[in-house]
Amino acid sequence: MGDIAIHTANLSKRYRLGPQEPYLALRDVLAKCVKAPFRLFSSGRPRQPRAAADFIWALNDVCLEVKHGEIVGIIGRNGTGKSTLLKVLTRITQPTSGYAEVWGRVGSLLEVGTGFHPELTGRENIYLSGSILGMTKAEITRRFGEIVAFAGVERFLDTPTKHYSSGMYMRLAFAVAAHLEPDVLLVDEVLAVGDLEFQKKCLGKMESVSQTGRTVLFVSHQMNQIRRLCSQVVWMDAGGIRKVGPTAAVVGAYEAAMTSGHANEPRAAAASDAKARFVRWKIEGSSNENPHLLTSLGPVTVTFTLQVNRPLRMGNHGGALYNYENQLIWARAASNLELGVGDHDLSYNFPMLPLRPGIYSWHVSMYDEHGLVDVWFCSPEMTVSTENHQHPSDRWNGILNMPCQFRVNGTRPI
Amino acid sequence: MTSATTKLKAVNAGERTTPLETLLHLRTLIVPQHSGSRLNWAELWAYRELLYFFVWRDLKVRYKQTAIGVGWAVIQPLFTMAIFALVFGRLAKMPSDGLPYPVFYYTALLPWTYFAGALTHATNSVVEHQSMVTKVYFPRVLLPVSAVLSGLADFALAFSVLIGLVLVYGIVPTAAILLWPLFLLLAVATALAVSLWLSALNALYRDVRYAVPFLVQLWLFASPVAYPAALVPPDWRWLYGLNPMAGVIDGFRWSLTGHGQSPGLLVLASTVAVICLLVGGLMYFQRVEGTMADRV
Repeated sequence: MGDIAIHTANLSKRYRLGPQEPYLALRDVLAKCVKAPFRLFSSGRPRQPRAAADFIWALNDVCLEVKHGEIVGIIGRNGTGKSTLLKVLTRITQPTSGYAEVWGRVGSLLEVGTGFHPELTGRENIYLSGSILGMTKAEITRRFGEIVAFAGVERFLDTPTKHYSSGMYMRLAFAVAAHLEPDVLLVDEVLAVGDLEFQKKCLGKMESVSQTGRTVLFVSHQMNQIRRLCSQVVWMDAGGIRKVGPTAAVVGAYEAAMTSGHANEPRAAAASDAKARFVRWKIEGSSNENPHLLTSLGPVTVTFTLQVNRPLRMGNHGGALYNYENQLIWARAASNLELGVGDHDLSYNFPMLPLRPGIYSWHVSMYDEHGLVDVWFCSPEMTVSTENHQHPSDRWNGILNMPCQFRVNGTRPI
Repeated sequence: MTSATTKLKAVNAGERTTPLETLLHLRTLIVPQHSGSRLNWAELWAYRELLYFFVWRDLKVRYKQTAIGVGWAVIQPLFTMAIFALVFGRLAKMPSDGLPYPVFYYTALLPWTYFAGALTHATNSVVEHQSMVTKVYFPRVLLPVSAVLSGLADFALAFSVLIGLVLVYGIVPTAAILLWPLFLLLAVATALAVSLWLSALNALYRDVRYAVPFLVQLWLFASPVAYPAALVPPDWRWLYGLNPMAGVIDGFRWSLTGHGQSPGLLVLASTVAVICLLVGGLMYFQRVEGTMADRV
């Protein structure tokens, strides 16, 4: 048992569904108390337990063993229990049944900037946030210089963080968390935020943490991060573990399932009688290794493959692009499509796709004369990693990453 | 160059890694809530620094972007005292244990303002820090505790005004003042006990937030702030004392000025009530704590 860092046995967590979930209103409880005695008289039956359908098992019998010093990636679609697993292991919330054991000091990073107070200065926030994340005052003082240097905010240490640009804020917040020294570190998808430059810095930090013999559990949607960092991967599906093993094998299986759409349970169920369904998407001309990585501003062709099982008449198709904050970036529609049985490539040719580096998701739909045929939030997401043409300061970085020539009075471009 | 520094860093950090033998002792067991679970005092002790940081942050942030700043800590009890002295004293001619009205009311308003402020502040403490509660683990009980403790800073400022009042009215404290720290402790315990209940309840039922201002208002008149506790018939004092603030306020007046009745059944009843409330509050908070992050 000596080299085990995390061990879970039948770990399960149940949430109640429905509008009452966020918090109860006292009147509901009072009403129940008032009704309950009458219920006793009105029917001889004992009180019925709530229907099973009102509950969801966010974690279902998870049995997991992580060895000391391993970096384990957790992958899976949204809502399959990845974050819940981290929340239970960090003791943010209790499991409903089963148990888990963690050996060593536990640190967690589920969000960048936990405990930051906008009114406090950078210096004060380093102490506050560090302490909330589990560092002692002495530890923070010892690593203070490193934290400040990593964040690059020396000049603004005594400025309230509410005056920081979002980039500076993010860097400082991550710097504090990155200098935690737990034996077991649990990280949620925090690296998805910030620009690519920042993400690279964070990944580098994670790598160096991994070399010091700490155990890291790391949730991510970005397979390139998982491949780079993790030796073992856990693939979660519907609250349980679908596959565990060495990174290459599990990520490979996961990606194969994603591209063929098998991992999406409702899609798979609907497949038998669906007239047509989207099966994959890719960026034309991209590398085979990652057909969802955009490295040039343009021209760009994005292709969605629609598998048609029965002929479609008067088809209406919509395509939309969302950024990570679910903001609509762009959309268009095409109507009166006649599509025969077979695979069809629906291509979008953009002379230029000037997007700020980050994670984006495509959303495609197909309707016919009878209504909806298929919608798909394309997975995996699109990673944009192009040269940055924006303002050097983060706070002036907009949605577009557009190259532009600037002149004064028509002279040479500056 | 870069890889060399990384390696060096890695080696240095590696030396600091806790040896496995130590790790085996640091074992966290994560289990579902069961009825036998108790407050983990050792853990609370380990988190004492965080408590300090919470209190420190509260104090730092409290009067940011206000024009009068810490002046508010004094203005509130002082103005309330003036109004009480006018309305209940001059107009209603309330008996005052032989004390000048300003001193009579201020000695009561001092603990009362602290109690009311701590209650309002602490009730919201868990909900207010929702983002923290759902993203990182720490004993949640630190939130109401820090809110109750940080209120003591305002209390200290308001207390300095009392010293001025006592000098102006030429009141000489008696030996009773030696017992005053006990009444202060009782005040803090009362604020904490009620806050534990209310902050846990507020995390589950948001109604509590609306009920608290109303509760505070009613409680003010159920406590001997505007009138002396001596108005309550002696046979009923023990019952009256079940309101812990009655014991606190009566004790404050008596210990600080030497006037009024010495603490008897009333204070005893208050102390018992506080202990019950506090133990119950800790147990209830502990019960709710485990799933607070899901419900808040």
